[in-house]
Amino acid sequence: MNISRRQMLILLPAAAVAWESILAGTPESSPNYKMTEHWWSMLIDIPKCIGCGNCVRACQAENDVPDGFFRTWVERYHVTDWNLENPEVISPDGGKEGFPSVTEDADGKYFFVPKLCNHCADSPCTQVCPVGATFIGPDGVVLVDQTYCLGCAYCVQACPYGCRYIHPQKKVADKCTLCYHRITKGLTTACCEACPTGARQLADLKNPKDPIHAFLKTHDVQILKPQMATGAKVFYNGLDGSVR
Amino acid sequence: MTTGVEGYMYPNEITLYWSVLIVLYPYITGLVAGAFILASLERVFRVEAVKPTYRLALLTALSFLLVAPLPLQLHLGHPERSLEMYFTPHRTSAMAMFGFVYLWYLMAVLTVEIWLDYRHDIVVMAQSSTGMKRWFYKVLTLGSNNISDRALAIDERVGWVITLIGIPSAFMLHGYVGFIFGSIKANPWWSSPMMPVVFIFSAMVSGIAAVMLLYMLVTRLRKQKIDMLCVDTIARYLFYMFIVDFSLEMLDLIHRIYEADESFRSLNFMVHTKLYFSQIVLQICIGTLVPIALLGLTQVLQLHEIVRKRIYVAAGCLTMMGIFAMRWNVVIGGQLFSKSFLGYTTYKMALVTREGLLMSIALTILPLFILWALVKLLPPWPKTAKGELPA
Repeated sequence: MNISRRQMLILLPAAAVAWESILAGTPESSPNYKMTEHWWSMLIDIPKCIGCGNCVRACQAENDVPDGFFRTWVERYHVTDWNLENPEVISPDGGKEGFPSVTEDADGKYFFVPKLCNHCADSPCTQVCPVGATFIGPDGVVLVDQTYCLGCAYCVQACPYGCRYIHPQKKVADKCTLCYHRITKGLTTACCEACPTGARQLADLKNPKDPIHAFLKTHDVQILKPQMATGAKVFYNGLDGSVR
Repeated sequence: MTTGVEGYMYPNEITLYWSVLIVLYPYITGLVAGAFILASLERVFRVEAVKPTYRLALLTALSFLLVAPLPLQLHLGHPERSLEMYFTPHRTSAMAMFGFVYLWYLMAVLTVEIWLDYRHDIVVMAQSSTGMKRWFYKVLTLGSNNISDRALAIDERVGWVITLIGIPSAFMLHGYVGFIFGSIKANPWWSSPMMPVVFIFSAMVSGIAAVMLLYMLVTRLRKQKIDMLCVDTIARYLFYMFIVDFSLEMLDLIHRIYEADESFRSLNFMVHTKLYFSQIVLQICIGTLVPIALLGLTQVLQLHEIVRKRIYVAAGCLTMMGIFAMRWNVVIGGQLFSKSFLGYTTYKMALVTREGLLMSIALTILPLFILWALVKLLPPWPKTAKGELPA
């Protein structure tokens, strides 16, 4: 195959662009992203979640999450009548493959609760890290520098929501990064993208045009375990009192 | 993955990350702090009766202190990065201070106090021994060969000041370990301002019991007569400390039961099931009530010396086991329940892994080997009176 000089001049930049897209996922290659202009959070609309597990599968595929560990997972709550203190909760394999079906005449109510790192503004995990390997960025995303983490697991103990684990191969703390490699490129997270009902929506609280502001004005939203005073930034619409 | 799980755990909680090695860490540092505080009874509070154990207590503290960082180091996912805690400590982290607290205690308190106390003996041994030993002791003198009465008086005075600094340092060393757990608000089993205080008193209990047992064992091995006034006094202090420690732990327990906050039902269930044997049976009954009762007997009855010795050995061994059970229940118990308060997991201890049973046994025995070596190099029982050279 003969390639002319003209074709070469076109192909080379095309190859460069292709290579760049392969490298997508490294924040270093997002020169237009300004951290101080964002304050990321997520909105979870519980009535919209159908427990399909798409988000869990998308997260595992996107972020190479090891089996048996979860950056995000889905719980199914079963609450009978007024008995808020004793819900029956299941999350088989993190809800990755969905949930067993429920008979129509079952008592009480059923609903799904997707969970992920709350990217707390006052996060206990960053407070306790002995070397500062886990930190909150100016854009409100809590991240782990895995080249610096000791793997002491103090952060795992300090997280009230069970969102962290020690990566079995890398031996360092791992958790949801809010798909940092994607959001810094103007994309949404893998879980939000894969959600068929729009139950999960990435939100930028610093962006006045973000629909989150209108939503928060018109809905009763809640965060998980507000008594922990962690400044959690994952907002839940329609959160039942039994959820913990 | 889900074997050993009852009820609902957040999926990332099923694996326990703080293993038996993290149980050993507060256990070992507790022995250090307790042994040092026993030594300071003689030095600062002038309890002359416990003098025969003074040097042994210091060497015991040093032996265990040298091993204290090992379980932590072995537990880390990346032990090769551990020095970052010294170079770039994160100021808001309770754990980041460990290295500094440890170094302060090791370098500024314990080794200085031991050196000052042994300086006379070291100089004498440097002059009287030959070959390699001579060089070893010569190096240990650090070039300070003056053992005049005036020099020794200065040693004594400085040593007293060091011990005075050492008491709050020992409290800090172990109270700080308690703070590492007590400051975790996410975990209601740990989160308590009582935690550092309970850790300090349980440390004193275990350290005093350890030195008492070691003194009796070493004296027997040396075929010497056990100083009963000394052992009786140590046992009395052990009894008092145990009463305070037990009262504090019961206060914490009663407070939790009466307040019965959101975590109570979950924790109560755990104590009556997964922790029943280690908490109710081992820690509270066999490891606390029985030794307190045994030591109490020696306080109220006029018992024969042989009976007292046997009681002290039994009470001491049970105490050591009880305090280990307490550390186990804190560290492992704190990870057995879900932070959703809806379920429980199981801790499966491996046998020959880096964080397994054999490693923890090795780390428990290692300080005793170090102590044996230290006792050989720096005998705690002086061969010569101070200020005299050997004949």
